[in-house]
Amino acid sequence: MSKKEITITIDGVECRTREGEYLLNAARANGIFIPAICYLTRCSPTLACRICLVEADGKRVYSCNAKAKEGMKVVTQSEEILEERRAIMEVYDVNHPLQCGVCDQHGECELQNYTLELGVDSQHFAVPDTLREVKEWSTVLHYDAGLCIVCERCVTVCKDMIGDSALKTGPRGGPAVDKAYKETAPKDAYAMWNKLQKSIIVPSNGTEHTNCSDCGECTAVCPVGALTERDFVYKANPWELKEIPATCAHCSSGCHLYYETRFTSIDNHDEMIFRVKNEWNFQSLCGAGRFGYDFENRDVVKDEAAFSKAVDALKKAETIRFSSTITNEEALMLQRLKQERGVKLVNPEVRPFQRFLSAYAKAAGRSLYGSDYKAIMQESDFVVSVGAALRNDNPNARYAFNNVQKMNKGAGLYFHPVGDTLVPTFGKTVECITHKPGQEETALYLVLDLFADRENLPDYIKSYLDGFHETRKRTIKERVMKEVVEKVVDKESGEEKEVKKKVPEMVEKEVEYDHNLLVEALGADPVAFVDSFEKMMKKKSSFALIVGEDLYGHPRWENLAKLVALAEKHCGMKMAMIPPKSNALGVALICDLDDAAEGYTVGYNQPGDFRLSALGDGDLDMPAMNQQEGTMTTMNKRVVPTNAALAYGGYELNDLMKALGLGKRLTVDWTEELPVDKGFQAAKFDDLPDGFLNDGTEVRGYALTSIKSRPSTAKAAQASDEAVLEGEIAYRCNPQRQFNDFTDKAHQIFEAFALYASAEKAKALGEKVEVLFEKGSLVLDVVADERMQGEIVEIPDFKADRDVYGLFGESRYANVTIKKV
Amino acid sequence: MSLEQFKNRNVGTQNYTMLDLGESPKTGWDRFKQVARRSVKLELFTGLKVTFREMIKALFMGEMHTVKYPFEKLPISPRYRAIHEMKRLLESGHYRCIGCGLCEKICIADCIRMDTRYDENQRKEVSEYTINFGRCIFCGYCAEVCPELAIVHGGRYENASEQRASFALFEDMLTPLDQLNQQQEFPGYGAVSPDADKKIKKTPLAY
Repeated sequence: MSKKEITITIDGVECRTREGEYLLNAARANGIFIPAICYLTRCSPTLACRICLVEADGKRVYSCNAKAKEGMKVVTQSEEILEERRAIMEVYDVNHPLQCGVCDQHGECELQNYTLELGVDSQHFAVPDTLREVKEWSTVLHYDAGLCIVCERCVTVCKDMIGDSALKTGPRGGPAVDKAYKETAPKDAYAMWNKLQKSIIVPSNGTEHTNCSDCGECTAVCPVGALTERDFVYKANPWELKEIPATCAHCSSGCHLYYETRFTSIDNHDEMIFRVKNEWNFQSLCGAGRFGYDFENRDVVKDEAAFSKAVDALKKAETIRFSSTITNEEALMLQRLKQERGVKLVNPEVRPFQRFLSAYAKAAGRSLYGSDYKAIMQESDFVVSVGAALRNDNPNARYAFNNVQKMNKGAGLYFHPVGDTLVPTFGKTVECITHKPGQEETALYLVLDLFADRENLPDYIKSYLDGFHETRKRTIKERVMKEVVEKVVDKESGEEKEVKKKVPEMVEKEVEYDHNLLVEALGADPVAFVDSFEKMMKKKSSFALIVGEDLYGHPRWENLAKLVALAEKHCGMKMAMIPPKSNALGVALICDLDDAAEGYTVGYNQPGDFRLSALGDGDLDMPAMNQQEGTMTTMNKRVVPTNAALAYGGYELNDLMKALGLGKRLTVDWTEELPVDKGFQAAKFDDLPDGFLNDGTEVRGYALTSIKSRPSTAKAAQASDEAVLEGEIAYRCNPQRQFNDFTDKAHQIFEAFALYASAEKAKALGEKVEVLFEKGSLVLDVVADERMQGEIVEIPDFKADRDVYGLFGESRYANVTIKKV
Repeated sequence: MSLEQFKNRNVGTQNYTMLDLGESPKTGWDRFKQVARRSVKLELFTGLKVTFREMIKALFMGEMHTVKYPFEKLPISPRYRAIHEMKRLLESGHYRCIGCGLCEKICIADCIRMDTRYDENQRKEVSEYTINFGRCIFCGYCAEVCPELAIVHGGRYENASEQRASFALFEDMLTPLDQLNQQQEFPGYGAVSPDADKKIKKTPLAY
């Protein structure tokens, strides 16, 4: 889509939009209503419902896939259009069960809304109904096919946004639409009905169950009650639920969501979260965000004895060890403790990221990475990912990578040591390079080599890169048409004739090509890469680079940070990092972290001599993230507010600070003191906006300011093999939907704390193994992950008390010995 | 009465209709005469005539009019709104309530609550249903909004209790299964109008 601003007229209202934008999006952004059921703002048009029909310059078009042109005149309503739309809604209502009373969508159902909006008051069509069974697709997905109107929104969002492509339309069975309706029914309604009557939604793997990441985005987008969360089925009515806008605290995406609460039951009047909803047109959630909501610290009362012990412990503490699942305010309180009382702050999750970020800031001359995932999603058409396990690390980064392939006709390069079978399915031009752990420098040099503007590159890099190119010859087979003379005997006359024929023949031919040694070093075939890269680069103009957690703890992180800064500067790439955990970016900016713990340690949601815990198992209870207000810093470099969804009766960190003489009246009084010199603003919590505009603009909180400085001129070192690991390797990586102890506490998240391996590797390992590290060992069950490939095994870190960070050290990769138990 | 008339405070100038009550006695002699006249005419017994007649009827003819509440009760109108009843389906005996929650939503006293769940037969089961009669104002909205005619007002108007709030559970209000054959269709508040069939547009069926 070009960036050219144009003006179009919709129903007489002048609207500013961009050239090539879909009319429906342009109308929505300008607050003009066009009914549409099947279209999702950030996905490709499905053209299933056809009710977004409009007239553009006198021609009837579907506004979801008609592109805006300068001066276009659009009419959204006319007598014929309304007639057509009404007929379509009538068709949707044919055989739709009249059980609105029990349906979970009752009250927020788009079928109900549009039926009323378009004034359907009688029915003219009929077809015998087909029995459609209720299916439980997975541990969380419930599909009531009887209610389904086959708008295919679930299919579209799963393919275009989530990337699992776990759903498709399948045959419904049952009778076809009576041909006689072709004469009587309006054209679009008849065509739509024909398709509708033949199809139903089924898992795309041909089985009864979906093999997906269980994100539940399909349940969010479903306009009717067909797709729901299994746990929510028939439990409560939407209108009883109170929507509390909040920020998801599980990973650094910091997605906007609504906790929906109501009294628990007749016997228990306490508020309970029944489900999570999101603004699915603008923000997609992952499974952890949607299903991991019941992690609150329940039934806590003020325990004065424990509180005074906690105050004593803090007075005595030499180190505070904390996880990054905290708010900016809490991080600031801990930093204040460091300033006032000289305690050490230890956070093994964030420390490497903080170092990496400051090294990058030094090299690039700005404190924050240049772009964000929203910009990548909207504008890029070529994404490169280095050092991130895209499927597991961060859902938003993965959605951005996938969305670029689907929506921007993009291409992708995925560098990662753990083979993945999902990433290649994101698009036809996605190339996965499975290199050895530790080769990230080579990968970044390859990025520089492929994308950098050679003219402006520093000479030492240019000559270094030139050293990797060799002109080699290879033999290719070519099809050549060759003339052959054949002797044929005519059967009738017995004469011999000579017939000339053209026969294709394969000829071997030698051609010269550019042999890239960097590609070879990374374990890919340079010959095949030349062709595929050429294909990938066709019509590409906007490039993006996603940088993941592997780089932060890499032994040569300092050099990698310089290379990332170089790539961003010289390749013209939008660059965004993936902060490793929930509020990692906030903690990295606010706290001065220390490398190692020392002496008496107070752990906040982490192991320690005295434990403050929001998990209910510590020495003093703390509120969980859905029980407190405050701000979080997201990977999109925004400071966003979150609100308390549930009541909490105990003490919070601010109370401890008060007891130490450092507290404020409320936790949110700390918000305006967030460090301005790090890019925060001195804004009051209550002044922070929270929401989205009609055109998808995020107006949550405020954007961090990137502090500019003079870029350092230190040279980047050449790629080194010192960090390359061979042999049995374990990778610190969580299964999808698990991020920390809080997701693990949620009752709908089942992924186990186990060793994950590819199917073959898991078979070889057996059921249970002991993994020996340098500093200790873990006994784990083995779980086969069908989407993994290769020999590297994954060990999760979401349980803080297992101290996986201690076992791995800073790097995410470690040489281990795996023994069967 | 217009405002003009209303503001006229000169008593006696308005258009009052005067009753002809005759002259009031003025002197003591006049008052004696009035008492004597009325005593001789036995006017007192004119008034007592009805009393005596009913007394004779009650004592000797067995026509007693007193309702011996609480041993006896008068029939009440079907539109009377007393303690709720939950009806059952006559064919299956299953409760009619589908757990849609409309009564809960519309209740202006916020006294209705229900627990529902997904049961083994893939239906919405109403696992518990309560009305707080300490708060209920018997407005009848719940019965009016009920799409299944499941909750209706019954005739049980005695809801005095020792506590301010007394609850009713689902089974307290449900028609007992052994009395299902006596369950009456509710004609009052919220019931389908007798001419409902005429008002409905028929939907074509392809069978």
